[in-house]
Amino acid sequence: MNLIAIAFYLMAAVTLVSGLMVITAKNPVHSVLYLILAFFSAAGLFVLLGAEFLAMLLVVVYVGAVAVLFLFVVMMLDVDFVKLRQGFANYLPIGIVVGAVLMFELIMISIAVAEKGAAAGNQPLVASASESNIKMIGHALYSTYVYLFEAAGFVLLVAMIGAIVLTLRTRPNVKRQDIHSQVTRRRKDAVEIVPVKTGEGISE
Amino acid sequence: MTIDLVHYLTVSAILFTIGVLGIFLNRRNVIIILMSIELILLAVNINFVAFSAYLHDVQGQIMAMFVLTVAAAEAAVGLAILVTFFRNRGDIAVDDASMMKG
Repeated sequence: MNLIAIAFYLMAAVTLVSGLMVITAKNPVHSVLYLILAFFSAAGLFVLLGAEFLAMLLVVVYVGAVAVLFLFVVMMLDVDFVKLRQGFANYLPIGIVVGAVLMFELIMISIAVAEKGAAAGNQPLVASASESNIKMIGHALYSTYVYLFEAAGFVLLVAMIGAIVLTLRTRPNVKRQDIHSQVTRRRKDAVEIVPVKTGEGISE
Repeated sequence: MTIDLVHYLTVSAILFTIGVLGIFLNRRNVIIILMSIELILLAVNINFVAFSAYLHDVQGQIMAMFVLTVAAAEAAVGLAILVTFFRNRGDIAVDDASMMKG
């Protein structure tokens, strides 16, 4: 058993066990932490396959941004998570039946494709002699897929604007400094000169 | 003992099943459902990268990058909707979410 096989089985086992813990953990904070672990070991699998750039991207984007976003939301919402777990046992039998069938079918297809498909008998191209992984990705991304790349940027822009619009709210009755109204305030808005008759005062 | 394509595809298949199972089991908890969707997309990414490596073609990794982009956008918008939903309802139980009468 060589080192690559040991690394593969370790990463795969950690990925699958932590994936299972994501959906079964009682505390959602633990779920998020297991999700981070799953993504981290999946990044290890990517390194084994020679996709170093994508592995680093997975760590940066998921562990660095998405998982922290999840953690933020889980900790921000004041929810009774015990109540949300009701019905877990009810759905367990049907879930296991559907899951078993799905897994059986997927693994059958995987075996068929791996044995007879276009990739049958190939060895993975872990390191190309001529170009590094990131250079190959750059060549493909900025030539063949440049429009798709722009579209991906647009998707991210729309998602960012959407998230801001959804969560932005203006609360009424909150006193806050308004620089614009301060600067545009004129003397006639604030002070009124009233001629006062002697001995009468002002009525209002 | 060599690691073949079928090993990676099996890991991906099991991870996909775990994600689907997570949606089944945690019907009420929308946060866990979002995390399950992330697991499903990770399984898809493992598939893409495995085929990319075994077919000696970098296009699979490009597609995995786009899947990653869409997954990140989806997580951001999903969590924003979740926060808005919680603000309006005070709860995130999704099985009785019928505000839109769907």
